Amino acid sequence: MAEKQFEPLIIGFTCNWCSYRAADLAGMSRAKYPPNIRLIRLMCSGRMDPEFALKALRSGADGVIITGCHPGECHYLEQNYKALRRYLLLRRTLKQFGIEPERVRLIWASAAEGARLAQELTKAVEEIRALGPLSWHNVVAADGDRPLELQHLEEVAA
Amino acid sequence: MSDKPKLAMYWASSCGGCEIATLNIHEHILDVDAVFDIAFFPCIADFKIKDVQGYPDGYIDVCLFNGAIRTSENEEMAHLLRQKSKVLVAFGSCAYEGCIPALSNLTTREATLNTVYLDNPTIDNPNRIFPQPVTEVPEGTLFLPVFYHTVKSLDQVVKVDYTIPGCPPEPHQIWAVLQAVVTALTQGVPLPPSGVVGASNVAVCEECPRQRNVKKIKRFYRPYEVVPDPDICLLEQGLMCLGIATRGGCGALCPQVGMGCRGCYGAVPGVEDQGAKMVTAIASVMDVGKPGELDEVKLEQEIEAIFDTIPDPAGTFYRFSMAHSILRRTRVNGYDRG
Ligand code: FES
Repeated sequence: MAEKQFEPLIIGFTCNWCSYRAADLAGMSRAKYPPNIRLIRLMCSGRMDPEFALKALRSGADGVIITGCHPGECHYLEQNYKALRRYLLLRRTLKQFGIEPERVRLIWASAAEGARLAQELTKAVEEIRALGPLSWHNVVAADGDRPLELQHLEEVAA
Repeated sequence: MSDKPKLAMYWASSCGGCEIATLNIHEHILDVDAVFDIAFFPCIADFKIKDVQGYPDGYIDVCLFNGAIRTSENEEMAHLLRQKSKVLVAFGSCAYEGCIPALSNLTTREATLNTVYLDNPTIDNPNRIFPQPVTEVPEGTLFLPVFYHTVKSLDQVVKVDYTIPGCPPEPHQIWAVLQAVVTALTQGVPLPPSGVVGASNVAVCEECPRQRNVKKIKRFYRPYEVVPDPDICLLEQGLMCLGIATRGGCGALCPQVGMGCRGCYGAVPGVEDQGAKMVTAIASVMDVGKPGELDEVKLEQEIEAIFDTIPDPAGTFYRFSMAHSILRRTRVNGYDRG
């Protein structure tokens, strides 16, 4: 029997304006991207707290994708510049925790770039798939130490 | 022993500075002695673990437990003292959130032991002898505690009633907490609600007398590279300061003498991950890239160049809180750290 291909779980944080619209446009124009990404909509990429990424990775995600408006086009002026700086510093920090930088990515997309966003997301999913599972609870459970209890996640209606 | 309340203080994986800070309450130590009987305090009095094992459960009224959980012995002592104590206090940063010992969570146990027993200029160990949990010698079997892979905080192994943050906690804060306990025990006043005591609920910046203006940082400096202006916020001068993400209560001692806050009182209330908040804060105050100024590639390069002046972000932002961080440790056999 052929081995089942690994399906990574990826949490995507999109800003409400350009990039969520781009994802919407991708859907409406039937541009396909893999279903591995669960999108969470933020008002702006500047709302992306690095804690969100850490929590996602700890709680079982294999990767995190942040999307925002192109530099200069953020609806809250300069917030995506902050998002970019936070993302770059977070990636450096995660490296020291043994997490490949490719697992956390930032994609800019304008509201018109549905097809390009779908392409970029597909590329990101494939690269994270190639890295294999992260399974952070096993990282902390290594070597006889007690496993990390995963917090109970509340089911929220969509 | 008399019927005075019983006090204990025990060190697990720690440096002993917490004991010194406790004795640093000066003549108040006489009040402590007047109110309490010392039931266990290896730093200052000769007790054996056997004595503690012989106490009935809950015999110790207050146990100050300092030090992180690094070995099986630390963990056994945590369980024993929990069982024998009415009130268990995580005392100091190590017991609270791992502190300096937990920085080794950024590497592997093997690497830590190699550094200590092999790759060190002052070590001569040609037979590559490492401590073993069990060793047979002609006289019998010798046992050593197991050295854990991951350093944990006290509350990750037993239930903790109170936490006194700090590396070490400030003596006046220790005294304030002891006083509250003494009043509760002698006058029947209820104990404070459990949680963090002996600290403030706002950031170190609130206690810092330095003048704050708009922060626009072009690069960071190591402390030896510049002589800071005595009156202006250190962060504004490009000196790393964790005051913005760190709980106050120390009186901003370090920033006042020109050294950026190291973060030893842990995250401000309501924050789960001190390091993540530092990433947020530091990234927010960098002065690079305004809309329309740079193209996307150039922008990224300039930001990366500034971050190159922070040599060890994880070790800096999680210097004291690694065991309590969301990720807790580095991935073993994970991505090769570049
Ligand atoms: S609104 Fe899209 S990044 Fe700020």
